[in-house]
Amino acid sequence: MSLETEDAVKLRDTEDSVIRQPFTSRLGDAIKSQAMQIVLVWLAIVVIFSVLSPDAFLSVSNFRNIAISVSILAILGVGTTFIIVTGGIDLSMGSVLVFSGVVASMVMENVGTGQGWGVAILGIVAALASGLAWGLLNGFLVAKAKVPPMIVTLGTFGAALGLSQVLTGGIDLRASPDVLVDTVGFGSLFGVPSLVIIATTVVIIGIVLLNHTRFGLRTSAVGSNAEACRRVGINVDRQLIKVYAFAGLLAGLAGVLNLSFFRSTTIAGHSLTNLDVIAGVVIGGTSLFGGIGTVFGTLVGLFIPATLRNGFVILGVEPYWQQVVVGAFLVGAVYVDQTRRAANSRGTTKTSLYSRIFHRNRNTNRRES
Amino acid sequence: MTTPIYEARDISRSYGSVRALEGANFDVYPGEISALIGDNGAGKSTLVRILSGAEQPNGGQILFNGEPIQLETPTDARSRGIETVFQDLALANHLDPIQNMYLGRELMKPGVMGALGFMQRSAMKNEGKRAFSELGATVRNFSGPVGGMSGGQRQAIAVARAAAWASEVIFLDEPTAALGVVQTKGVMDLIRRIRDKGIAVVLISHSMPHVLDVADRVHVLRHGKRVAVMEAKHTNVEELVGAMTGALDGKEAA
Ligand SMILES: Nc1ncnc2c1ncn2[C@@H]1O[C@H](COP(=O)(O)OP(=O)(O)OP(=O)(O)O)[C@@H](O)[C@H]1O
Ligand SMILES: [Mg+2]
Repeated sequence: MSLETEDAVKLRDTEDSVIRQPFTSRLGDAIKSQAMQIVLVWLAIVVIFSVLSPDAFLSVSNFRNIAISVSILAILGVGTTFIIVTGGIDLSMGSVLVFSGVVASMVMENVGTGQGWGVAILGIVAALASGLAWGLLNGFLVAKAKVPPMIVTLGTFGAALGLSQVLTGGIDLRASPDVLVDTVGFGSLFGVPSLVIIATTVVIIGIVLLNHTRFGLRTSAVGSNAEACRRVGINVDRQLIKVYAFAGLLAGLAGVLNLSFFRSTTIAGHSLTNLDVIAGVVIGGTSLFGGIGTVFGTLVGLFIPATLRNGFVILGVEPYWQQVVVGAFLVGAVYVDQTRRAANSRGTTKTSLYSRIFHRNRNTNRRES
Repeated sequence: MTTPIYEARDISRSYGSVRALEGANFDVYPGEISALIGDNGAGKSTLVRILSGAEQPNGGQILFNGEPIQLETPTDARSRGIETVFQDLALANHLDPIQNMYLGRELMKPGVMGALGFMQRSAMKNEGKRAFSELGATVRNFSGPVGGMSGGQRQAIAVARAAAWASEVIFLDEPTAALGVVQTKGVMDLIRRIRDKGIAVVLISHSMPHVLDVADRVHVLRHGKRVAVMEAKHTNVEELVGAMTGALDGKEAA
């Protein structure tokens, strides 16, 4: 009954059974998954706005605007998805973004002429290092000091913002080399903005990392049952620190992008970013209780509020309504997650949105009987 | 039967004021099935967790092949071929059976891809399925989360996982508690098959008929101490119950 690695290697090249499944059944599985349900919700929103405002809403340039507005949040969302999958939470990423931007700006201002790619790369490295440092601090406090993630990241949320203000005297810095602004902030490739390309790359890396690598598997496992992980010899503390560090690194990246897009460190502009990102992650189907989540879901979960905001502005609806609607989405998404968890513990597998809506009576009957 | 493959001497363990183990002894030999029995709270699971490296004893000695060893982590036990089915199963509910089987021992791709953290998912799937079917496990859905499966299926997954990796000693802490008649028989047969490979099997169970049926020796634990060791051939349910409850006090202290 031992599992010889040699055999395993021989079997490596055999196709994954997924490939052999008929397309229709794969499609069926995909529609059932919560991420796909969320895509349908987003498409419905797009259709509604397109009908109400065919010219202004349904245009390439408008969708480019929506995509740009989501880009930076999506990069933060990837890291936050990993953290929430471990059963943790991150409130600090908006402040870490600001702090990283401030450090990058200070570095770039004080090196040489403050222009050119050499300076830009130094600034990028400085931002990534700052983000990584905050992430490591978060991870260390969560894993080793056993302080609840909510408190740790509430603390670093305040600390990173406070330090940013100390470093700048509260006045936004604007130093960023023109090359950075021209290529990253406002640049584009084949008509696709650089920000969108970078964010897409990060999202794809996040999807692959979570689904195909040991790092991703262990991230889910730690969120699912940390004690079980310890019993099979996984270093849970180290895994948690890695996850928070990864999220911090991405917040650092978001910091440079933010700086090169707004040409400002936007110190006062990110106090609610954490809530926007967490809402996106949760709307996207990642469970706040840990164990399951998808990066793709997060991406869609961030597109929904962004699309609503954009559509409401175009339609001339007061943008405040967007907050009301997003709030309702958030609560709805958590409700769906709760029902799914309850259904799982009952052993019922009828959890698709469709069956919940259309087979409601049947389910109720079954429960009563 | 000269040196035990695995031996515990004078193990003690307290939780606050609760003294779960007070100088417990234990020993198993290769190719032997030993049963560990005792009332609820006797300390069986605690002893198993200590001998699996999941918990540290307050005192006592652990010997593997006659050599004293320290188990700082479960990995220290697993690297010696000691596997355990814990009473709480220790499965990650959101992961599928294959992922649970390979958790902590993922098969990595060779070369650069492996260094980047990519796993051989299809190899794990095929090997894992084979291991499950060898057990005759009633697991049909290999890609669904184990949290959605029945108690018996989950138990079968935990047993299959431990059986697949054990090479010296396997502890099974009430592995049949949630199983039906057919599945219980499957596990009993599996236990014999594992024994036939020369592995030492330790079965914890409250079912005296099962214990007498499958075990070579029976260790009786009471109030955190081993109070009796009996040859299964030469004992009966009354005697075992007597030792468990203390009615036969003073007959044999280990
Ligand atoms: N993690 C713990 N924290 C506190 N007390 C514990 C812990 N684990 C075990 N105990 C106590 O230690 C004693 C022995 O428990 P243990 O689980 O080893 O018993 P057991 O023989 O396995 O019982 P059962 O047959 O019910 O599984 C009990 O009194 C229990 O309350
Ligand atoms: Mg027990």
